[in-house]
Amino acid sequence: MKFFKFLLAGTFFGIVMAQSEAMSWYRIQEMFRFQSFHMYGIIGTAVVLGVIGIFLIKKFNLKDISGQPIEFSPKEPQMIKSILGGTLFGLGWALSGACPGPIVVNVGYGVTSMLVVLFFAVLGTYTYGILRDKLPH
Amino acid sequence: MMDFILNPWPWWFSGALISAVMFALIFFGKTFGFSSNLRTICAMTFGRRVKFFDFDWRENTWNLTFLVGAALGGWISYQYMHGGIAVDLSDATLRDLAALGFAAPSGMQPEEVFSWDSLMTLKGFMVLAVGGFLVGFGTRYAGGCTSGHAISGLSNLQLPSLVAVIGFFIGGLVMTHLIFPYLYS
Repeated sequence: MKFFKFLLAGTFFGIVMAQSEAMSWYRIQEMFRFQSFHMYGIIGTAVVLGVIGIFLIKKFNLKDISGQPIEFSPKEPQMIKSILGGTLFGLGWALSGACPGPIVVNVGYGVTSMLVVLFFAVLGTYTYGILRDKLPH
Repeated sequence: MMDFILNPWPWWFSGALISAVMFALIFFGKTFGFSSNLRTICAMTFGRRVKFFDFDWRENTWNLTFLVGAALGGWISYQYMHGGIAVDLSDATLRDLAALGFAAPSGMQPEEVFSWDSLMTLKGFMVLAVGGFLVGFGTRYAGGCTSGHAISGLSNLQLPSLVAVIGFFIGGLVMTHLIFPYLYS
């Protein structure tokens, strides 16, 4: 039962991805063509509220539900991997019209061909794991 | 009220709820980052011999549960809410996509990309396979995806996340504006 809250949070997330149409290939095209504010509004609203909320969590040293202080681990600071990895991700995002969360939401929504995208996404992550030491970071 | 919930949601409502998901996970003692699941799946299955996947995947069971929920949420939306109505695209995008040979939307996703008829062609298969591969490879190389970098990372004012998001856009713009004209026409 300790995982039930994560199932619930995931379900909520899936509904938001679908109801906002952020899972749609069309919306991703619209975004990369700068022809609608929709996706920018979604991400922008989430980030602005996120910045405010995380600022408040840090300012008031809030604790999580198990009473532990909430700590934020910084992202690894290498910039080469961020820009190269990010660019490869972006190519795939536009091509398949979905990032990892929405890939899974699409499968649930009934877009069964997204299982192919999911399989190759796992394969891509696996390939990165193999090549990791040979790549510039 | 019911109409509002059952119809596609506006950006401000959706964005606020995504940050609510992030904060729920933070208060559960976790972080919002979906693509870690891809690494966990590798660790669970065929990745054990690779150092990068040699960890106890059970510590990420919570996130796999979140993943199962995400699929369930998509199903609920299709069955009871959104129900596959046509995406209301901007006129400019409709024109651009028509020039690439795409019909106006009749649902959430274009048949031209996601139907099994399309998947059974070499080009259709390669689009989804290469797209998925780049997403999976790129997200782990960059250290996060849209949730981990664009939402969680930017919210925590992480410079590497800003650089990664700039990368997302370089890649997305190159694919959309330079490669799509050769891929579709």
